[in-house]
Amino acid sequence: MKVSLFITCLADVFYSNVGKHTVELLEKLGCEVDFPEQQTCCGQPAYNSGYHKETKEVAKHMIRTFEKSDYVVGPSGSCVAMLHEYSHLFKDEPVWKEKAEKLADKSYELTQFIVDVLKVESVNASLPACATYHKSCHMTRLLGVKDAPGKLLEQVEGLDIKPLPNSHDCCGFGGTFSVKMVPISEQMVDEKVRHVEETGAEVLIGADCGCLMNIGGRINRKGKPIKVMHIAEVLNSEVK
Amino acid sequence: MAMKISDDKFFDRVEKGVNNTFMRSAVASAQERMQGKRLAATEELGNWEEWRKLGEEIRTHTLENLDYYLEQLSENVVKRGGHVFFASTKEEANEYITKVAKEKQAKKVVKSKSMVTEEIHLNSALEKAGCEVVETDLGEYILQLDDHDPPSHIVVPALHKNKEQIRDTFKEKRGYDKSEIPEELALFAREQLRQEFLSADLGITGCNFAVAESGSISLVTNEGNAGLVTALPKAQITVMGMERIVPTWEELDIMVSLLCRSSVGQKLTSYITGLTGPKDEGDVDGPEEFHLVIVDNGRSNILGTEFQSALHCIRCAACVNVCPVYRHVGGHSYGSIYAGPIGAVLSPLLGGYEDYKELPYASSLCAACTDACPVKIPLHELLIKHRRKIVEDEKKSPFGEKLAMKGFQLAASSPSLYKTGTKSASSVMAPFTKENNIQKGPGPMKPWTDVRDFPAPSKERFRDWYKKREKGGK
Repeated sequence: MKVSLFITCLADVFYSNVGKHTVELLEKLGCEVDFPEQQTCCGQPAYNSGYHKETKEVAKHMIRTFEKSDYVVGPSGSCVAMLHEYSHLFKDEPVWKEKAEKLADKSYELTQFIVDVLKVESVNASLPACATYHKSCHMTRLLGVKDAPGKLLEQVEGLDIKPLPNSHDCCGFGGTFSVKMVPISEQMVDEKVRHVEETGAEVLIGADCGCLMNIGGRINRKGKPIKVMHIAEVLNSEVK
Repeated sequence: MAMKISDDKFFDRVEKGVNNTFMRSAVASAQERMQGKRLAATEELGNWEEWRKLGEEIRTHTLENLDYYLEQLSENVVKRGGHVFFASTKEEANEYITKVAKEKQAKKVVKSKSMVTEEIHLNSALEKAGCEVVETDLGEYILQLDDHDPPSHIVVPALHKNKEQIRDTFKEKRGYDKSEIPEELALFAREQLRQEFLSADLGITGCNFAVAESGSISLVTNEGNAGLVTALPKAQITVMGMERIVPTWEELDIMVSLLCRSSVGQKLTSYITGLTGPKDEGDVDGPEEFHLVIVDNGRSNILGTEFQSALHCIRCAACVNVCPVYRHVGGHSYGSIYAGPIGAVLSPLLGGYEDYKELPYASSLCAACTDACPVKIPLHELLIKHRRKIVEDEKKSPFGEKLAMKGFQLAASSPSLYKTGTKSASSVMAPFTKENNIQKGPGPMKPWTDVRDFPAPSKERFRDWYKKREKGGK
């Protein structure tokens, strides 16, 4: 199966390891992976801030970039959800709307792709650790990916997943919200870190670099001994 | 602006809210309780998503035919001997209501809980006209006694107060001398209010839904006070937002089920009152005179716009009860009687961007509100629409942001610019980086690093690694 990587700007620039693990994992599962290198960012920061004219230009570029791909797979629920938003952006431009819908139809978040398209629930990973999983809001609520990460994590050998209290609550990232509304965002991320601590887990797993950057950043600032891992890293872990 | 409840600046209100540890713990535990009850009550139905769809369809249909149903409602109210007044502004509404109060020579007015009368500041208008106004919903009664403290929640107006504070208010204002046990407090309030019901000249209620086909109004309460407000005084005025209408009793049935389950997690509340016009000859209870005041106050400006679905709202507060922002800042931080996600959407629509320009941004767009709404208002999407409007139509976004977004557009739609820009990230940030983290970020990074570390850019971007790997034949 041919898969085009949508690596997301955060993974490209800040979390290149997430991208590497995504490539290796998909290849391990028999996919032929390519990386359309014209890709940039999904445009979410501008879209959510209300700059829709600017977002349209970015969206057009991304639609063109992936026009020839069979599947587009990215290690971030929220960025993939943004690809699904493009058709709303072009609601008055039928040609682009159709192209946007085509892109949405073939775009998947990584775990969603593995479970729903590849029909795989065990990726033969092993990671002996006590962990908890942070659900990203956009991945669960906008993209509707609720069960895939849990199914895959359950099969990771040695991994003990503790339920995260109030897992439905946002971590307070929200893109520009995190810098525009610092006093509120700070309270939200603090609460999230408290809940993570309550689980006693040594590892926090997430499927979205944005949330992980926020929660991880607060964990570092507070000097908590909790390791933050992207789900791609976990699913590509092997104890040799 | 009448629904405005504070002249403080937004971030000052937020600071006050965030530092109010008592209020925050009260709100957090109330949210948890109400969320749990709501989930149990909705799951019990088994097909909640179908119910929500039905709720949305009813609201959409009604709003798209609002003229027709308002006319039908108005005709039927008049047919049953009631009076109808369409108020396009809050001033018109208050003028009409005070005129009726004066005609009836009303000294004392009893009210059941109503957000729209808060919105139009009816109480102060009536007080100016010489009436004594008594709120009879327990929460509203407490707030009124406590020097007119504004409501902080749509359904539970005194959510921000604890029982000790209520005891002190009763003590100070009404000579209460018992404990802070809720039952004792409630009994005291009941004794006080009973006298008020009996001696009132005029009853004023809000309206959960008006039924167009019969010209009826319905009220949903858990305390039974609305029943007394409508049964005892000789005259009654019901004030409704113009969108609070259903075509027939059949839709009322569905909307009330959605309301009770979504707001407090009940299948039904204790009292659902249905009233049609003044009392008939031979009726024991009920007003001799009935007035229905239908308030626009900015609502018709929302009709036919991208925000129309905000008028679907049935004021259940399910969105408020799931909102993490509301939990940390409290209802008063919104500066409007409409708090929480629906408040962030409605307040700028009804009260203007000048007073409420920050509210659309006070959301992480987590969409918990959209998920909880029983009539499927896409609340987080409406917040994005507000932001778009502020940026593109009102042109009110900060200059620096505009510049940054233009830069973003250029970089993100031009691969070469993007590649050059990101390539230098690691070296540009190197002076600020310590052990792979940035603790004191320059310029625009400062707000982030004030509370969190920022990750150092990877030494080798993914795309560089990928290229190298391809060249090396994997």
